[in-house]
Amino acid sequence: MIQRISADVTIIGGGLVGSSAALAMRKAGLAVVLIDKGFCGAQASGVNYGGVRRQGRPPEQLPLSQRAHGIWPRLKALVGIDGEYVPSGHLKLARTEADFAKLEAYAEIAKPYGLDLELVGAAALKTRFPWLSAAGAGASLCPGDGHANPRLVSPAFARAAERAGVKVFEQTPVRDVRATGSGFAVLAGENVEIRSRQIVNSAGAWSDTFAAQFGESVPLTRIYPSMVVTEPLPVRLPVSMGEQGGSFYGRQVARGNYVMGGGRGAALADPDFSRPSVTAASSVMQRAIALFPHLANAQVIRFWSGTEAEMPDGNPVIGASQTTPGLFHAFGFCGAGFQIAPAVGEVLLELVATGQSTTPIDAFSIGRFSQVAAQTAVSL
Amino acid sequence: MTDALPIVIVGAGPAGIRAAEQMVEAGIRPIVLDEGLRAGGQIYRRPMIDDGRSYRNRYGSEARKAEQLHAAFERLRPAIEYRPETLAWNVSGQERGGHLDMMTDGVHNQIAFSKLLLCTGATDRVLPFPGWTRPGVFTLGAAQTALKAQGCTVGDRLVFMGSGPLLYLVAWQYMKAGATVAAVLDTAPLRSKIHLVSLFARAPRIVALGLFYGAQLQLSGVKIRYGVRPETVIGADRVEGIRFQASGCTQELECDAIAYGFALRPETQLADLAGCRFRFEDRDRTWLPERDALGRTSRKDVYVSGDGSGIAGADAAEIDGQLAALAILNDVGKTVEGDRLRQLMAARARILRQREILENAFPFPRDWFETVPAETTLCRCEEISIGEIRRAVEAGNIGEINRMKALSRVGMGRCQGRMCSVAATEVLRSIRNVEPQETGRLRAQAPVKPIPLGFGGPLDREAGR
Repeated sequence: MIQRISADVTIIGGGLVGSSAALAMRKAGLAVVLIDKGFCGAQASGVNYGGVRRQGRPPEQLPLSQRAHGIWPRLKALVGIDGEYVPSGHLKLARTEADFAKLEAYAEIAKPYGLDLELVGAAALKTRFPWLSAAGAGASLCPGDGHANPRLVSPAFARAAERAGVKVFEQTPVRDVRATGSGFAVLAGENVEIRSRQIVNSAGAWSDTFAAQFGESVPLTRIYPSMVVTEPLPVRLPVSMGEQGGSFYGRQVARGNYVMGGGRGAALADPDFSRPSVTAASSVMQRAIALFPHLANAQVIRFWSGTEAEMPDGNPVIGASQTTPGLFHAFGFCGAGFQIAPAVGEVLLELVATGQSTTPIDAFSIGRFSQVAAQTAVSL
Repeated sequence: MTDALPIVIVGAGPAGIRAAEQMVEAGIRPIVLDEGLRAGGQIYRRPMIDDGRSYRNRYGSEARKAEQLHAAFERLRPAIEYRPETLAWNVSGQERGGHLDMMTDGVHNQIAFSKLLLCTGATDRVLPFPGWTRPGVFTLGAAQTALKAQGCTVGDRLVFMGSGPLLYLVAWQYMKAGATVAAVLDTAPLRSKIHLVSLFARAPRIVALGLFYGAQLQLSGVKIRYGVRPETVIGADRVEGIRFQASGCTQELECDAIAYGFALRPETQLADLAGCRFRFEDRDRTWLPERDALGRTSRKDVYVSGDGSGIAGADAAEIDGQLAALAILNDVGKTVEGDRLRQLMAARARILRQREILENAFPFPRDWFETVPAETTLCRCEEISIGEIRRAVEAGNIGEINRMKALSRVGMGRCQGRMCSVAATEVLRSIRNVEPQETGRLRAQAPVKPIPLGFGGPLDREAGR
């Protein structure tokens, strides 16, 4: 028997973007259906590093990132769990003088956005962070940044949306989606047929296929993080760490495990799955020991990877479709969607409700790629 | 052989040794990786240093097989590349260009293979009960290893509990070793032993040995109870006794150690990391790599053999190792004698049929989770109770085991689910009231066992360290 549902908005993709949008829309009184081909928050939203980080983002992302920064401390009220969110601070190291100069330049750029970055010189680094061994040329500390547990946060948004009245379909892949003139028709799973006025494409690394169905091809590529986690160890690392120009990042969770990443994994034959790369993991492990020599004899208990979407300019696609009224895109967060996603959810509500975002998102328009495509066509 | 890459065998138990022997006979020099210090595997485990005990003393009724296998290995040793104390912890690469990540004595190495034969064996299958994490509680396999390899007992006055052929064998071995066996607590009902009657026709030696162990235990005054469900370990800091239910009443026994287990579970992580397809095997109540009668998997350069490809015991593993070797020889273009292949296949099939009957005589306690209180720790590594798991499952509307891991941490710790996933599957199955295969399969992640952070990975090697 076919299950026919009508809604105001259909959201394809139950990652943190789709789930937080569903929750925001439902709270605003909209009838929302959220569909995921697997489990909500099981892809990039659930398997990422867990950095709740503003520092280092391109300036055009900072207004949205600041908006998200206001949401994270309210997680418990919003979705019922705190998601192990810790505003621990994010320390970005510079190995060389040149890298430190980049951190200084970034601090200048970020100043108007209110990140309160604190530059720490090489000498101060040793006294401020005595647990750090391989001190470099300096660091930049963003005191309000931190980390959280993506495994818990992303599914919690989907569950909260469901509790609020969103119809959530998991393990229900979309088979067909089309504009009907007055809205959209979506066929999903074995027998679900949804009609809605508007539709959101938040399908992460699978978003390009949906965009293409509406005549919008995007240069989306897939990337696979390569993560390493240690056994639980005494808590010593008080901040989330990153490196300017390096590919090491790491944090210690409340349970005591060091969660660290860097480099890239590789896709398996089934591109929904990927594996961490031993070379990348090995590089992360060696850098970890250089930074924290007390880890030399610690045990690594697990690697993991996931599937993320990357855009060539490092920015996501957020905003209205350029071909199809009522279609909105939000994908391609380039491995840095976790912190910003809850704000994107709010923006998507504004877009479906008013057509306008109160936070600037012009830089993320899908149109930037159609222009590139047109130019390429002309030059050919 | 045209391919210059080596054939690699992981595991030097009955399957791995017999496979290597077969290959050496065909003029191939395989690399044999062994996590142990000395070849023999778990069942025929040898002490680190010979302690002067005889084979008879060490291995009891299995002494002759142990001696033969060890002797076979020693004959082979010059003809193979043997790497003891080597943990194979990852398989990467697709069909062509597969390689294995391994660690020998803390040093990393990577090895490209033309064919990979996984003889990874099994571990004890355990289910939690109140107090099971207390010092003094051992698995049956560990208790047996202590006797065989260390020459010591895990206690002076012991209770043996659980199910499976090892239960009576280990209890008897402990009694012979001079320990006091307080009781054998069989979780299977007495009526399940009726299946041993039909087994007698097929495998009289197995049944006769079983009866002999049981009779000797009883003659020596050892209590044997059937249909047992444990209530709790008694003792605050270590085992001082056990309280259990049998025949509808609660009983207590004093003891200083408990050895328990429910047969075995296969070690399949490397096959999983290699990308082999899996299927659910009802008899073992677990997922196994798909294999043909010879051990070929869905991946044409990877083969599986022995208990790691499905629990069938050491005798079957010796045959199975030969079969896998013959399959590999055939697949690399060597001539394989058809008669021999058929004989071995028939012998293996016979043992598999016996195994079906044994499973009925020592059934898995399917109602276990209806009898264990919610505060019982299920996941030792992450210290998660059954109740916490239940809450996570209900809050997250979880029906799938990897999702359960993500939301509850079960299987995320040091053991990576090797110890807890059997119980975790049973909890999920019990809450959801579905068959175990419907809860899915816990995906393996490298490393299959913990490796030190400073292990010296591929980057070190590239830097020429």
